[in-house]
Amino acid sequence: MYDFGLPFAFVVSPNPMLLTREQIENIAHLARLALQPAELPVYQQSLSAIFDFVGELDRADTANVAPMAHPLPGLSQRLRPDVATETDRREIYQRNAPQVAAGLYLVPKVLE
Amino acid sequence: MHTKTLAQLSKGLRAREFSSVELVRGFLDRIDAHQPVLNAMITVLREPALAAAQAADRELAAGRGGPLAGLPIVHKDLFCTEGVLTTCGSHMLDNFVSPYDATVVAKLKSAGAITLAKSNMDEFAMGSSNETSYFGPVRNPWNTDLVPGGSSGGSAAAVAARLIPAATATDTGGSIRQPAALCGVTGVKPTYGRVSRYGMIAFASSLDQGGVIAATAEDAALILREMSGFDANDSTSVDMPVPDYLAGLDAPLAGLKIGLLKEFFDKGLDAESEKRIREALAIYERLGATLREVSLPNLPLSVPAYYVVAPAECSSNLARFDGVRFGHRAKDPRDLMDLYKRSRGEGFGAEVKRRIMTGTYVLSAGYYDAYYLKAQKVRQLISADFKRAFSEVDVLMGPTTPTPAFAIGAKTSDPITMYLNDIYTIGANLAGLPAMSIPCGFAQGLPVGLQIVGPHFSEGKLLNAAHVFQRETDWHTKVPEEFK
Repeated sequence: MYDFGLPFAFVVSPNPMLLTREQIENIAHLARLALQPAELPVYQQSLSAIFDFVGELDRADTANVAPMAHPLPGLSQRLRPDVATETDRREIYQRNAPQVAAGLYLVPKVLE
Repeated sequence: MHTKTLAQLSKGLRAREFSSVELVRGFLDRIDAHQPVLNAMITVLREPALAAAQAADRELAAGRGGPLAGLPIVHKDLFCTEGVLTTCGSHMLDNFVSPYDATVVAKLKSAGAITLAKSNMDEFAMGSSNETSYFGPVRNPWNTDLVPGGSSGGSAAAVAARLIPAATATDTGGSIRQPAALCGVTGVKPTYGRVSRYGMIAFASSLDQGGVIAATAEDAALILREMSGFDANDSTSVDMPVPDYLAGLDAPLAGLKIGLLKEFFDKGLDAESEKRIREALAIYERLGATLREVSLPNLPLSVPAYYVVAPAECSSNLARFDGVRFGHRAKDPRDLMDLYKRSRGEGFGAEVKRRIMTGTYVLSAGYYDAYYLKAQKVRQLISADFKRAFSEVDVLMGPTTPTPAFAIGAKTSDPITMYLNDIYTIGANLAGLPAMSIPCGFAQGLPVGLQIVGPHFSEGKLLNAAHVFQRETDWHTKVPEEFK
């Protein structure tokens, strides 16, 4: 099992590059993040280190273990009746919007 | 006045020894005077706080007012405050004026507390040193070259420097307890579901929990009693009555069974910190508690499990920041995709982007089972370990952090070293357990925190154990020289 003294040693050990530059670009695209070219190698290095680190999880035998769905045992998400409870506060909410017109949020044209 | 506890200040207000206006002005002046060095706040609310204090004085003069009437507090800047800037420590939200109050804010307001400021924090609560804040790092009042811990670093530093008697905070992986430990103050992370998350800007929804940082366990109990309770607006809020945490504070500790986590006293724990922890445990023994070693064999996997689950939830929660409805928007977008990508790329800092990408990857097709599902299974194992331990002992005790506060800049280049700072605190979040940190002495001249973890909804027992310890010791009364 994982050694508590090791994490600090782990940091100085050379991290294997698990992820390619292309993979980082793809993850950034999926996450809708524009990265600067200089950021790519930084994330390539650190994400590789993180996935190497979380690879520790493979050591645990979870063959007959159910994934945990809620932090409190026996509880699940509460449901409420499907009725409208909110009042109309659109004007107040739209004060934080970067661009609105006639009560609508404006974005660049999506249909030609 | 600033070294008095909330409980003492409340008595003084009721007896009209001083007014709320005097009290609030005194703390506002301290906040302003130390802001250039500590950087503990993002927004200071001088005028509204003084107006609220005037109103509180009228209530108090008439013999009315709630349990916190006229008392000053600050809110971590991820609690939404109506009509007030709420930044979450991020460029993304540096222009966001919240249209409503978080439930915690509303509850404390209706109990009579007065909000003086919004405290600085790691961006979106992602960090253990307060260095990821868009508004600059907070400094540790015990040594301003050092970090205060994070993510609730502003709240912890402010209480440690007695800029405020108490502050709200949140804890996803240690963000209340770790800064409380590094700043030498008392911090409580309640049971998951005890305090409403409504209006708390979400990081990892199955782990986030609001709580409090104060100088003493008694003050923490005072605030926690008012901020806890069921809220229909939070679907994970638990519908259970809130006990009077103050009533049980003095219960004797004779017969209390304390478990010492074997895994917490392993390599990696600073030797001098360990001495302080062992001395604190000896005090508990003297008070009639019994100590026994317990083992949670899966606990060492809590950090890797956390760094799958938390980023996964973060990547989903932070998808709402799209540059359309609120928050930062990039200039002159070419098309909608460019708007999304550049608004997010510019608005989020480096650590937030790292976690969003980590989460995106572990949830992506082909990796979900290997990472996310696996981590949720390990989380189940860790929870079961705690459950087993609590069938043998009443509470678990050990260090809150492996070392005292470290230097600003020392761990920023390596995220994993930073993540490992929360090695002792993350387990309680994964299992939804209440936990707290109290000061128990100094190592290398810096505060050391004793961590106490209990079964679900045992906040009262934890506060009792902490309060009785604080009756026997004076570590919680220590204030750094420059802030006396």
